[in-house]
Amino acid sequence: MDTIDVSNLNRQFLFRMKDVGQPKATVAAERINARVPGVKVTPHFGRIEDQPADWYRSFSLIVLGLDSLEARRYMNSVVCGFLEYDDEGQPDLGSVKPMVDGGTEGFKGHARVILPGHTPCFECTLWLFPPQTKFPLCTLAETPRSPAHCIEYAHLILWGQVRPGEEFDTDNEEHMKWVYDKAAERAKQYGIPGVTFQLTQGVVKNIIPAIASTNAIISAQCVLEALKTLTCFSTGLDNYMMYVGSTGLYTHTAKYEKDPACPVCSAGVPLEVDPDATLQQFIDQLLADPALGKLLAAPSVSYGSTNLYGRGVFEAETRPNLARRLTELLGGGAAAEGAVLTVNDKKLRGPLRVRLRLGSGMSG
Amino acid sequence: MAPVADPKSKRYDRQLRIWGTHGQQRLESCCICLLNCGPTGSETLKNLVLGGIASFTIVDGGKVEARDLGNNFLVSASSLGEPRAKVVTELLQELNESVSGSYVEEVPEVLIADNPAFFSGFDLVIATQMREQDAVALDAICRATGRARLLLVRSYGLVGYLRASLPEHRIVESKPDSQLDDLRLNAPWPELSAFAASFPLEQLDEVAHAHVPYVVLLLQAAERWRGSHGGALPASGADKSAFKAAVGSMRRTADGVPLPSENFDEALKAAFHVWTPYSIPSEVRALLADDAASLGGGGGGGGGSGLGPGSDDFWILVAALQAFVEAEGGGCLPLEGSIPDMHATTDLYLRLAAVYRDKAERDTAAVAGHVRRLLAAAGRPADSIPADTIKSYCRHARHLRCVRYRTLAEETAPDTARGGALAAALAAGGGGFLGPTDAPPGSSDAALYVLLRAADRFFAQTGRYPGDGAGDPADDVPLLRQAAQQVGGGREGGGRGRRVAVAVAVAVAGQGRAGQGGAGQDGSTAACGLRLRRRDEASVRARSHARSFHSSNGPMPTASAAATSPSHHVCAPRCTAPPPQVLIDTGVVPGGAGGGSASGGGFNPRKSPDSSSGSGAAAAAAVSEDLIAEFCRFGAAELHVIAAFMGGVGAQEAIKLVTRQFVPLAGSLLYNAMAATTTVLEL
Repeated sequence: MDTIDVSNLNRQFLFRMKDVGQPKATVAAERINARVPGVKVTPHFGRIEDQPADWYRSFSLIVLGLDSLEARRYMNSVVCGFLEYDDEGQPDLGSVKPMVDGGTEGFKGHARVILPGHTPCFECTLWLFPPQTKFPLCTLAETPRSPAHCIEYAHLILWGQVRPGEEFDTDNEEHMKWVYDKAAERAKQYGIPGVTFQLTQGVVKNIIPAIASTNAIISAQCVLEALKTLTCFSTGLDNYMMYVGSTGLYTHTAKYEKDPACPVCSAGVPLEVDPDATLQQFIDQLLADPALGKLLAAPSVSYGSTNLYGRGVFEAETRPNLARRLTELLGGGAAAEGAVLTVNDKKLRGPLRVRLRLGSGMSG
Repeated sequence: MAPVADPKSKRYDRQLRIWGTHGQQRLESCCICLLNCGPTGSETLKNLVLGGIASFTIVDGGKVEARDLGNNFLVSASSLGEPRAKVVTELLQELNESVSGSYVEEVPEVLIADNPAFFSGFDLVIATQMREQDAVALDAICRATGRARLLLVRSYGLVGYLRASLPEHRIVESKPDSQLDDLRLNAPWPELSAFAASFPLEQLDEVAHAHVPYVVLLLQAAERWRGSHGGALPASGADKSAFKAAVGSMRRTADGVPLPSENFDEALKAAFHVWTPYSIPSEVRALLADDAASLGGGGGGGGGSGLGPGSDDFWILVAALQAFVEAEGGGCLPLEGSIPDMHATTDLYLRLAAVYRDKAERDTAAVAGHVRRLLAAAGRPADSIPADTIKSYCRHARHLRCVRYRTLAEETAPDTARGGALAAALAAGGGGFLGPTDAPPGSSDAALYVLLRAADRFFAQTGRYPGDGAGDPADDVPLLRQAAQQVGGGREGGGRGRRVAVAVAVAVAGQGRAGQGGAGQDGSTAACGLRLRRRDEASVRARSHARSFHSSNGPMPTASAAATSPSHHVCAPRCTAPPPQVLIDTGVVPGGAGGGSASGGGFNPRKSPDSSSGSGAAAAAAVSEDLIAEFCRFGAAELHVIAAFMGGVGAQEAIKLVTRQFVPLAGSLLYNAMAATTTVLEL
């Protein structure tokens, strides 16, 4: 959905000055199609969420050039949603949609390969993404100490007070200039040096420095892994490569582990249930679960091809099951132990698999 | 101040945030010469043109051929038959109108041989796809110019190589990723102590108490600790815990329960500053002791080494810093002068910042005094180094760096080569076919270095690269193995060589089982099983993709061979070859005529695992047969994807050399695209 900005030209070899303002996808596709005979790149100028999940299924492999964790988690949930496991809990190869991801910051970057069910997915390794630093509002309002504090005060507090109802637009020069002026004023009032227009933009837009060379390295590694995955001409990256070029050159190639309790890609998130619990109580337990509950709103539950409790047209038909004991629905305690139930929910983009562990029977 | 940026600072905004306007100015005054504009050269230069160098000149003797269309994005189908240098120059210029480009239609090797003066017009010479012999000659030429720095970049099959060469590279702004704050809480100066003591903690109201900067809290706690411990600071683990408890006990309480307060949380996290003695980083200590910064034996006399009228400002400033450390600094470098953000009121924070800033300014003034004295002694005007420069050195004193590069001749000549270092790197493993942890013996990234040099020897003998002929690439294996045997190494004495050999044997023995299992085709390990499954699944798809991949890249046996027989790249160890002579030349193996089954010196020649079992028999040569075969399969193909990676690394290194920020690679980089690993060898 992005359009070309002047500041892209320091690292984007497919764009020219005259392309500024044009959709990135369109211009990039035109340039590649013109330069490389026999290749057909089709641009789609839109949000990744605009395409139905099945549209992504039609590709052999997906390469992510995304700039946020949120967008990555979205694509991850789409691709992991395709994943199916067989009765032995092994991923069905036909349902594994390979994904290659890369990202850079300054002289550093990473490339990784995600084979859902085999390698960790984004959700398994959220710890790889450091949390963003956010300033406490009281610091901004009462005890500013740094130029960034003054800028965020103008951006997050003053804007809403002085220009209520008006949405702040990071691409609007007048808006940015206003924040800069107010931040500079505040900095002067407090005697804090260092507020500049460049810093204001950096703080407000959370700008990540980027250069052509690092992007070349990471995109090349991504392409290499995509080619390896598609043609098997050499061993594939299993599954993460970190690149640090700021002090000498250091790379770290690591095989990260899947999270066996990953709600997005695992064969079944372990969940201990009361053997006497009814299906309704099981659903209530899911909704109250600290990890799973926040993913769900109105879950439906199935076991293999059997719909235990459905929504919509199946609701009336399956409602009587709610009052029945879960173990009974599954054919007895022995069958229920270790059974994998499939939970679907409109909040989920793929099924949530839950592996039952029968507890000692202390009904609460 | 004009808040709205000019067009240039908008265009370069994302990189100005990395290297600043002064870094950009250096880039914008840099003239670069590129030798050979295949994909490796074109991709390297592309990244630098986008960044905004002043000018480039491309030297290339070829015409655009059909094969170029498949691996070089910077040529076009409409330019078939035109000089490649001209076409790449034109397409590169499209990327940035402020960069001026020119070209010379000539084979670089001819220029090296006939017109060495040509290279004196450049700040940086980027030589791509250059063979060792020519690179050695070019290195000598570039060094003789006193200006041109040399950067070698090469893509060879699934391997990349990069090396910079210049006498020395000095860095003020090395910009480390993480650095400790220069707070001096272990030994505060009088003004800082007085500032800390000026807070009557007990008398402050609750809000004020919760806004005392942690630096003050720690200094007060340290002062109290000293008072009750005979002037000593916490030393043992128990001391440190007790100290932290003492800091915690200074919190305000409500009904006996400590109140949460961010400044105390920060103080506990930063408590280690109190007991960590100040120390000058080892790299900087080495600089301060460097001959180039010494005053010479005769007190300012004009000796060969040491400071003189021709000394670079860097060394004068290092000498001034050394003088400061010995005098005013009392063993410390000048204070950096900035403090991290910490929980505090605006006023207190700014006052504390001023205490640090004032001390840094006093230190800088003292260093400036030493600079003036040293300049005078060197016969230069006392103000010939600007105050801003001195200030910058003082602020970055802890991170000054100097990288010196051996000449390529020193690295490659048998009497100066560091065979021991190479042997150690060969033994260390890493990379190879199967990744960093399960590499079979003899397929370390260092082995790639040996084979790259061997490929050049192969070329010198045959006029072509291994695997690049009409026959089966495998037919070239014996000759490449033999060439590897001829790669010269250092002769560092029998004793040293023997010690290394023992180490190799031990390492190899330890890797034996993993090497066999990992390289086998049974998929017995989980990792291998995954790989095999993936291959099976993908092999169906591979057929359709492989054709376009192959045909669009011209001669590329690497891709075609692998795609049609997917299991080929995971070869079972099958070699019964004699140990390559390289082991003997480099001192890895005790000398023995013709190799064969050497023994005794702790080294077992490689045996076929088929004929033996147990880890003891799994010893292998430093360069595995599989890797030699893989190198033949490469056919010296210059794959676009490898070229793009190396072009990125090449541009990063070029930027570091040109902007004199960040720390460049100090040795030879080997990029192993098979395992997605890199290794830097300092040879």
